[in-house]
Formats: sequence, C-alpha cells, structure tokens
Amino acid sequence: MKIGIIRFPGSGEGDCLEAWRVVGEEPVLIWHQETSVEGFDLIVLPGGFSYGDYLRAGALACFSPIMSAVLRFAQRGGLVWGIGNGFQILTEGGLLPGAFLCNAQLRFLCSPQYLRVERNDLAFTNQYRTGQVIQIPINHGEGNYSISDDGYRQLEENNQIVLRYVTPEGEMSANGNPNGSRANIAGIVNREGNVFGMMPHPERVMEEIIGGVDGQGMFLSILKHRERRTQHGA
Amino acid sequence: MEPKVWREMGLNDEEYARIEELMGREPNFLEVGIFSVMWSEHCSYKTSKPILKKFPTEGPQVLQGPGENAGIVDIGDNLAVVFKMESHNHPSATEPYQGAATGVGGMLRDVFTMGARPVAVLNALRLGPLEEENNKFLFNGVVSGISGYGNSIGIPTVGGDVYFNSCYNGIPLVNAMAVGLLEHCHIAKGVATGVGNPVMVVGARTGRDGIHGATFASIELSEESEAKRSAVQAGDPFMEKLLMEACLELIHAGAVVGIQDMGAAGLTSSSSEMASRGNSGIEMDLSLVPRRESGMTPYELMLSESQERMLIVPKAGREKEVEEVFARWGLEATVVGKVTDDGILRLLEDGQVVAEIPAKALTDQAPVYHRLSREPGYYQELKNIELNDLELKANVEDVLLGLLANPTIAGKEWIYRQYDHQAGTNTMVVPGGDAGVLRVRGTNKGIAMTTDCNSRYVYLDPYIGGALAVVEAAQNVACVGARPLAVTDCLNFGNPENPEIFWQFEKACAGVAEACRVLETPVIGGNVSLYNETPARTVYPTPLIGMVGLLEDLKHVLSNQFHSEGEQIYLLGESEGELAGSEYLALFENLEAGALPELNLQEIKKRLDFLLELNCAGLLLAAHDVTEGGLAVALAEMTEKYGVTINFDTKNKLKTLFGERLGRIIISTSKDDALRIESQAKTAGISLHRLGESGGDRLRISVNQVMCLDIPLNKYRSVFEQTISKIMETDVGF
Repeated sequence: MKIGIIRFPGSGEGDCLEAWRVVGEEPVLIWHQETSVEGFDLIVLPGGFSYGDYLRAGALACFSPIMSAVLRFAQRGGLVWGIGNGFQILTEGGLLPGAFLCNAQLRFLCSPQYLRVERNDLAFTNQYRTGQVIQIPINHGEGNYSISDDGYRQLEENNQIVLRYVTPEGEMSANGNPNGSRANIAGIVNREGNVFGMMPHPERVMEEIIGGVDGQGMFLSILKHRERRTQHGA
Repeated sequence: MEPKVWREMGLNDEEYARIEELMGREPNFLEVGIFSVMWSEHCSYKTSKPILKKFPTEGPQVLQGPGENAGIVDIGDNLAVVFKMESHNHPSATEPYQGAATGVGGMLRDVFTMGARPVAVLNALRLGPLEEENNKFLFNGVVSGISGYGNSIGIPTVGGDVYFNSCYNGIPLVNAMAVGLLEHCHIAKGVATGVGNPVMVVGARTGRDGIHGATFASIELSEESEAKRSAVQAGDPFMEKLLMEACLELIHAGAVVGIQDMGAAGLTSSSSEMASRGNSGIEMDLSLVPRRESGMTPYELMLSESQERMLIVPKAGREKEVEEVFARWGLEATVVGKVTDDGILRLLEDGQVVAEIPAKALTDQAPVYHRLSREPGYYQELKNIELNDLELKANVEDVLLGLLANPTIAGKEWIYRQYDHQAGTNTMVVPGGDAGVLRVRGTNKGIAMTTDCNSRYVYLDPYIGGALAVVEAAQNVACVGARPLAVTDCLNFGNPENPEIFWQFEKACAGVAEACRVLETPVIGGNVSLYNETPARTVYPTPLIGMVGLLEDLKHVLSNQFHSEGEQIYLLGESEGELAGSEYLALFENLEAGALPELNLQEIKKRLDFLLELNCAGLLLAAHDVTEGGLAVALAEMTEKYGVTINFDTKNKLKTLFGERLGRIIISTSKDDALRIESQAKTAGISLHRLGESGGDRLRISVNQVMCLDIPLNKYRSVFEQTISKIMETDVGF
C-alpha cells in the first residue's frame, strides 16, 4: 500500500511511521512544501505540534503548500486520516466540520482513554465491532471538540461520529469525557467516509510492551479496505 | 576603571586584580563583562571544583566524562546514552513557566549538541508546601512550563521526583535532566580546532533577553530578583525542534568539527570554552551576529542568553552546506568568525578589535576557592534528639491515610498527565513506576532513568544523606530490572561563602562520591547550583542524582504493582526502619530530626545485585523500593489492582510500619519460585523476610499476628491518587 505521511515542521511523524512498520508497511514522508500527493492510497496527517501550534493548533499548517494537494486528493475520494494535530489541521482546513477549544480543565492531558467505536463500516474501523470499547491514549491541550447545534445535528443525521470518549464500561457520560468535547466526540468522518479525524493516538498502542495493541485495528482496517478494493479491481 | 563597575558585575576586588594580571593590562568594560560571567560560579565552578574532583568519573562504560556538554555511556551494540541534569532554579523562582521551559530546552540542546537524539526528559522539582498560594503558583507555572516545552518538541517526559518542604519556600528547585541516544560514530564535541575553520552562529537571532543570567544564578535571591526579571529568557520549543533536526542532520553528515549550545553566558561561554578545549583561539566580528533588536552593543551581544542558538565550527569549505541545511528548516546560519592559532578570544566590531582575551584565562585559569568549612551547630543537636520512646500517634489507618495525603508521598498523576510521556512510542514504564523505562529500537535492550534525593536526610546528615540519594536512584533503577550505569548530578546548595553551608556541600559530595564508587556508577557530568537562599532561609542541601541504567533484556522489565492473586511477597533488607528524618516524624511529631541509620553501602550493593540476579533468572513479578513513609506506604503504593495480606513479626510496630531506611526493597514472586528465592538468599547471605501474599481488594496488615490495619483499596487509593489534583484544581493562584 502506498502511504504518505505529511511532515510539517514541528509534527511528530516518526510515531506514525513506526506504527505502520508494525503492520508491515513502509510509508513515505512528504515534506509540507511539496505540492502533490498523486499516486498515494492514503494520506496521513500525523500528530504533533505543527508550527509549534502557535496561533491555534493546526491553524498555520493548513496553509502549507501540500494542503491544497491533500484537499484535491480528498475531493477525488482519496483516504485521508488525521490523528491528533492532524485532526485539528483537517478542521482548520475545512475538510472536517467543527473546531477545537482548550481542554475543559485548561490543562494538557496525556492519559489512557476508553473509546467506543460508533460505526465499523468505514475504511478506518472495519476491524472493530460497533459498540466495541477500546483503549487508546489521548495527548493534547486543545482537544475539546466544539460544533454548532446545527452542525452537530448534521453529524448525527449523517452518522459521522465514529469514536466517542466513554467510561471503562462504555458509557457516554461526563465521567468518560476527558476534555469537554461536545457529545463526547473523539473522532468523526466526512459524509463521504474517506476523510477521518480523531484526537486519540492509535499509533501509541501498537505493541504490548508499550502499553497495548488496541490501536492496531485502525491500521489493519485500512489495509483490509485496500485489500477488498484491490480484489474488486478498483 | 571604577571598582563599582566590576563589583556590580559580581566580581570582587581580588578577582579583578587577577584579571589585570592575566591580561597584563587594564581590561575594558566589555572584557570585564566577559570575565564576570565566565568566572561566575555557574560557569567556572570556582567554589565547587576542588570538591567535584573527588567524584569517581571513570569506568569501562564511560565514553565521555565531565567537561563536555553532556556525559556519554556505552550500552553495547555500538550505541551509547548521553545524559545530563542541570538546574534552572533562579529563573523559575521569578518566572516559573519560562524558567522551567528554558531549563528543559537547555538540557535538550546539551544532549543533541553531542550528536545524540534526545529520547527522554525528567524533572526533579522541590517546592514549598502547597498550603501557600505562592508555592501553588510556582508549582503550577513550573509544571506548565515543562509541559509546554517538552510536549511541543515531542520528547517524552518519563520521570522525575517531587518533594514539598518549607525549606523551599520562595526558593523552588527546578532541575531538568535530558537523555539521548547515539551511535558511537556520531559523537560530537564542543571544540574549536583547525586554524581557518569558520565559526558560525546558528538558530535564533540574538536579543537582549537573559543578559547576565549566569551571574544572576550565582547570587542569592532577594526582593531585587523580581526587579531583575529581564534576566530570565523566554523559550521557543518550535524553534528548538527545528534547530535540533538541523544540527543532527549536519552532525550526521560529518560536516561539523565542533558544536556547542549557547546556554548560560551565550556567545561568551560557547566561544571561549570551544577555543579553550581545542587549544585554539577564536576571532569573531560581532557586527555579523544576526540580531532581533537594533542598536545592540558588543557587550549585549556577548552576554545575551537568547535561547535556541548554537555555535558551530564546520569544516572549512562546507559553510554553504550548513547554510542550506538550516535554510531548509527555516533557520539562519551565519559565519561570524574563524578559528585561530593564538589562543585568543578576539572580538571585533566592524573590523575594529573591541576585546582580546586569552581563552584559557576565561576557563582553566578562573579562580578556584577553597572555602572555609565548619560543622553547623544544628547537626549534633538534631542528631541527639531521642526518638526511641515515641509511640504511634494515631491508629494505623489514620497514620497511613495522613501519609498518603502528604503531597510528597501522594501520587503525582496530576503532574505527569500534563506531560507527554509516550512521544516516540518507546516508553515501557510510564511515570509512577520506580524509574522510567524506554526500549532502545533496533535492539532487545531498554534504558531506565530516575532522579532522586531526599534532602531532609542530607540536612540531618550530609554524608549519609548524599550517599542515600545515590542509593535511592540505584534501587529505583534496579526495581525496574535495570543495572545502574552512571550518574549525573545537580548539586543545589545555599551560599558556599557561609562555612556551614560549605560544610554541607563538602560532606554531601563526599557521600555521593563514596556511594558512586561502591555502586559502580561514575559521575559523568552535572551542574552546581549554589546561592539557593533568601534572607529568610536556605534550602536543605539537595544533591540531586540523575541515574541511567541498562535493561539487558526487554522481557525482564519489572513493575511496582502486584498483578495477580497469590503473589508471594518478601522484603529484601531490614524489617525495621528508623524514625530519624521520616515523613511520619515530620507529619505527626512536627519534627525533622534524629540520627540516620548507619549506612552499609557494600551490603546494599550486594542486595541490588541479588535483586538483578533474581530478575534475570525470571523469578520476580514485582519490585518496589521502600522510601518515604516506610513499609506500610510502600505496600499501599503497590496495590493499585490487588490487595495484600501481610504480617510483620516485630518488637516495634511504629518503626516497622512507618520507619524509614533506604536500601530495602519489596519483591514478589510466584508460589512456585518462593522457595528457590528463599534458598538463594540464604546461600548469598542476604537478609530476606517473608511478608505475605497478594489478593483481594483490601490492604490487611498484622503485627505479630494481630490485625492492625484492614482497609479497602478504594479508600486509600483515592486519597493517594487525588490529593494533589484536589489541591491544585481548587482556585489555583495566578
């Protein structure tokens, strides 16, 4: 599979790169000043602090030259996956709806977190069960997902909410919400299902020795999706 | 020159006379300024040098000892670990966020300057009690600063330690340690050699921030410190990340002869130290230094401590390559001068010489002081306070809960959840373990790291306390399954011109040195921070120890938690502690006193070796050292998931449950391996006591088969886990 990881100054692309290696893939790092992502099967916008997250997380990165190419790639149906800072860049760039505020307690938070998979019919989640509770850590200061009432209604109507913060028992309560995100939203997809953003970091839970393997499902889902499409001659 | 000039810069009259003698003429204003920072305690170690010489610094594992930007130890497979700890106490006292942030930044630069990629950061914090608003303000700011800088640059903060004591009221200690990994062939050094090689300033532009910071760090804090706020630098982690990537790229390309961080005393220290180490001279035209403010004088340029800058000596002819690499990262690299063979630091402004100083006069020929040392009156007095007749002040449960609610003992999750401790996806043991553990990619090895020092012990007995700081670090490293390798230290003391403070310094360092010798962990670098005092108080002597250990096989990593029912629990070492210097004594008797238990370093070394031997044989399930709060607290710390049933046979309940004595470790093993461990201990002559077994969801402790504590996990775990958060999340003072 041809995977491209966008490298912005300040981003933490290395963790994503290593995560793909765990499932046997060797992605290509794409410098943010490039202007094309032709020929890739998947573009990943990694976590980190692009441009130091100065001004606002993701606000500067979405003006990098590469982002016009990513936008065109997404519009043509290419798979785009934003993790953490990558999700923030996707909302800043208008590829996904909503915006991020500082965490409700106004502090950075690095912590294990339970999530519930809300749908498994996507390229990114087909290896999970719907309703499955998984543990994937969060690591952000601005992860408080915010969206207008109207926007939220549309997310609901179009079934765009993919991951929610929950308690260990899978309950979507205030207790399970680490950062104040609206309706415990941890990850959403666009209407077409090809652009996916999530705040938690699955690349951090790929091996037992570093704390778990719950993140593998995302990576394996994408590979499975690719395999199915190849089989169908797409 | 008026004496006022040099005195205001922190030089005394004898020092000025020595400058005149070394120069053979009257120095000008700029030259005096340069001498004043280079001869400050922070840069010259003029007081501590004779004492530091006593540290053991050699061993087969040492690739680079003290004297460089950071020390290096070999871990096999052609790989090495680079690490160093340094203080940022004074800046943090006046501006906690920036003080702590730039402390982290400076440490990271010292590590990547050596050619290593930083892989972890640790922080040792010492603050006054959180009952006081100002301490909360400082604590909050320091933690935010570390979080803001370390997280942004993408290097995990994997450990550290925190103590609260009124001796740190208004004088917080903020010591940052950075750890990096490199291949042997990439070791870079801070030397300027090769006559004619260019000298380049790279990274951020130079501004007026931090002028005279090193001098500021070498005087006592006072009300005027607030007015000197401009001496604290501001950090830019994004710039640092770019600088790191560019520097590593350049070093790995083999374009660099020498490289050094512009930390304390900026351009002055980097140029004079690089020239001195290379037995060369350096000539620089200051008008070429890129600056962010106009009208800066040579004096300001030389003394600025603007962050995220480096001085590089590349090979002649490769200047373009340096410029190109830096340009790709959006950074400037500018040739400002060249290496010469006359040993002189020569500064020009628009072609005119403005300063000419022999580089060695600034470094090797700095004054060295043998300060007066005198045993303070408190020492014998506190030592002789009789503690043997004390009895338990309250029932065991209340004492335990009281100790767990003491912020020094309580869980530190409120702190470390603000730090990214997993960036790099190598962290195997996260904060909250006895030591942080990272795997080393491409090998089956791991590295363990910790910072430690109980300064109350050091205050009560500097020699034993200093040694115990090393012991605690070693036992923490051993408890995660790693063999201790080497030490970096950060020696935080009061004003050494006071003979009683100097006595503490001398004794504590002697203790550190002896423990390092016996435990075979040489000191490979570090930092001295003196003058940590205000008119009201002096900090307890705090020789912080940062230690790194090697985990030979990843599968032997050990946790400090019981993970199953029926684990057999043993204590390695004496079952009774002492009340001297204990948290119990401080909290329930309001007393910091007593004679520390006698120290047997050989015995502790034997015990740690035994622990590692058991672990290598795959016999251990958990290990945790017994420190503040004694055995009862240590057991409470190990029971996040499973309870325990424990019995102690003892004559003294108080000393057994809550007494302290370092060098003791609780271990657990399976039922099948228990007898094997018992017989191995017997053969090896190691003191081993069976305590009980894990299981259930209660902590049950009996003394002489009489139950004295029976408490559900959730009752005390919540106290342990939430104490600091509760204090800090209610009206934090900004």
